[in-house]
Amino acid sequence: MLTIDAKGVYYRELNQKVREVVSKGEKEILLKNVNGQYYIGDGLQGDVKITIEGVPGNDLAAFMDGPTIIIKANAQDNIGNTMNSGKVVVHGNAGDVLGYGMRGGKLHIRGDVGYRVGIHMKGYKKQIPVIIAGGKAGDFFGEYMAGGVLILLNLDNRDDRHITGDYLGTGMHGGTIFIRGNVDKGLCGAEVSIHEPIKDDIAVLKGYLAEYCADFNLNLSDVMSGCFKKIIPTSLRPYGNLYAY
Amino acid sequence: MFRSLVLPEFLAKIDQVKCIRCKRCIQNCGWSVYSWSGDKVLIDTFKCVKCLRCYHYCPEEAIAILDNPVRYRNNANWGFYNIRNIKKQAETGGIPLTGMGSDMPYPVLFDSLLIDACQVTNPSIDPLREPMELRTYLGKKPAKLEFEKGKDGKQKLKTKMPPQIKLEMPFIFAPMSYGSISLNAQKTLAIAAKELGIVMNTGEGGLHEDIYPYRDNIIVQVASGRFGVNPDYLNAGVGVEIKIGQGAKPGIGGHLPGEKIPLDVAKTRMIPIGTDALSPAPQHDIYSIEDLRQLIFAIKEATDYAKPVSVKIAAVHNVAAIASGIVRAGADIVYIDGFRGGTGAAPSIIRDHLGIPIEHAIAAVDDRLRQEGIRNEASIIAAGGIRSSADAAKVIALGADAVALGTSALITMGCTVCGKCYTGNCSWGITTQKPELTVRLDPEVYSERLINMIHAWSHELKEILGALGINAVESLRGSRERLRGVGLDAQTLDILGIKPAGR
Repeated sequence: MLTIDAKGVYYRELNQKVREVVSKGEKEILLKNVNGQYYIGDGLQGDVKITIEGVPGNDLAAFMDGPTIIIKANAQDNIGNTMNSGKVVVHGNAGDVLGYGMRGGKLHIRGDVGYRVGIHMKGYKKQIPVIIAGGKAGDFFGEYMAGGVLILLNLDNRDDRHITGDYLGTGMHGGTIFIRGNVDKGLCGAEVSIHEPIKDDIAVLKGYLAEYCADFNLNLSDVMSGCFKKIIPTSLRPYGNLYAY
Repeated sequence: MFRSLVLPEFLAKIDQVKCIRCKRCIQNCGWSVYSWSGDKVLIDTFKCVKCLRCYHYCPEEAIAILDNPVRYRNNANWGFYNIRNIKKQAETGGIPLTGMGSDMPYPVLFDSLLIDACQVTNPSIDPLREPMELRTYLGKKPAKLEFEKGKDGKQKLKTKMPPQIKLEMPFIFAPMSYGSISLNAQKTLAIAAKELGIVMNTGEGGLHEDIYPYRDNIIVQVASGRFGVNPDYLNAGVGVEIKIGQGAKPGIGGHLPGEKIPLDVAKTRMIPIGTDALSPAPQHDIYSIEDLRQLIFAIKEATDYAKPVSVKIAAVHNVAAIASGIVRAGADIVYIDGFRGGTGAAPSIIRDHLGIPIEHAIAAVDDRLRQEGIRNEASIIAAGGIRSSADAAKVIALGADAVALGTSALITMGCTVCGKCYTGNCSWGITTQKPELTVRLDPEVYSERLINMIHAWSHELKEILGALGINAVESLRGSRERLRGVGLDAQTLDILGIKPAGR
């Protein structure tokens, strides 16, 4: 494992260094003393594992294609922006606009997430992006979602906020959202409906959550014991009647 | 019983004496205007859009497509389309869509601008005999150049040049996505761009694998839908463009109708087949110049700072201040699309009433960037209704580095600007995904026509430069002294930074 001390290093030099060692074949990197540096793992390809100590800055793992990034603390906004494959594990909370237009790979967040998480997520056949957050989420969760899976667990229920904010799944036209707990129809966009998960859904959930629980040392059966709701779009063409031809 | 009170726009007629019942019109029409009755061709004129495919493919010249002589009663205030759109909305409750650039009779400022020429006291140049440089480079230019002595004792450039896109002539093909246009139309653009030494732009629909080989002649686009964007895509061309807005629909998002999303488009965009491809108005990670900077540098990081990043905006009231912000956010190219710019689908109410013309916008942006001393920091691309090499020369003289051509390029492929791109029925195989229609557009054949047209425009541009007595298109850029206005008011002349003819 290669250790890079990020203390006082400008993001451009830090990321240059990471790209350089990855291109030379390094498979495991520890970034120490990270303090808000942007774009870590941006556009990075390959099967490298990067562990981050400290709080990384915005756009972590943007366009990333393959690597695994473990963040031991909180993380900021725009993680996994248009990410193609790979995995990001955040042991704390994460910020807004996570997984915007995400095309594949996984984001596992232990705590709460902010606004506009999983918006515009894509999906095609076997390429299914997955975001799992252990806490609560802000407004616009899964807005314009076209594919992939969003799972929100509310494991700790530390405050009396709703599990999600307003405009849940607004404009959604593909993919699936699972929420562990009750969903208020009033918070949902007009384009989605709330269902009880069927047997196949539970099997899918179990698959995703087994990996999630392993990442955070959680008990899978405890997590699965909650009552899940499934949210899917009512139409592939939510705005199909908007126009006159 | 009536079918619809929406008056047909056109009247398709067949001369039954000339008609030999070959049924080519039935085969060729993408809109199903024609059908076979058993002994003659029947016409459903309600469906006709005057794309003229049938006219060109009728071997007997038996077909005529007339403007429908039946009009609503003449009224200087309530025009044909005012009444027609209301009837359409009464029947559907929907927003009338349209395609191509606005056809409203707003004044076209290009038609009030005239270019200078040399006479007696300053010599013109004959481009047929003397070298004439149309080559230009898009990208950030250093504020100053430093030189140092090399090991061989010769002076060499010390300043590291930012990445540039080399254009053999100051034209690029405007972004038109796979989905809005057919793969064959994109291939036609790619083949022509390669042959001409210029670039095409993927638009926001991702990059089909068939276009990847043209990597030296592609700008890839990233828009709010993020269709088909991954690290390979970002590095697949010579530049990356962030699309914020489009001249035909400033401030509103893209909406590719589900009719144009078959398997291959769905795969390239990674969305369900038959869904509407939504690109909402804002990019939801961009709410400020600072956010834009974050995405510009996210792209630069992902492409190792090796490619210029362009930001495309619609020309709107505050375009100069916005462009300044974009340059300060780190963009290498600012692409400005005037309100007459084309589209595959836009609500006609938006297309015809929002934005400002490209002439005003380019003049204002060039002025502003010069005043702030940052004009060298980015190249400017002008787009939105460039109809000829003269329009191109005029907009370059107003301050653009290069011009983007969309509609004119499609016209070489058979387009007649019928404006029905959003239906997915294009009989010429351009703005459709139906295989029986797209097969009509042979990229090898039509790229040759497109190359011909650009060659012709290049020759014309050289003639204009020769007449101006200059031998490089870069000498024309922002050279407003070489333009004069005819019939323009003092304020417009001031905005354009030009004198009236006679001064």
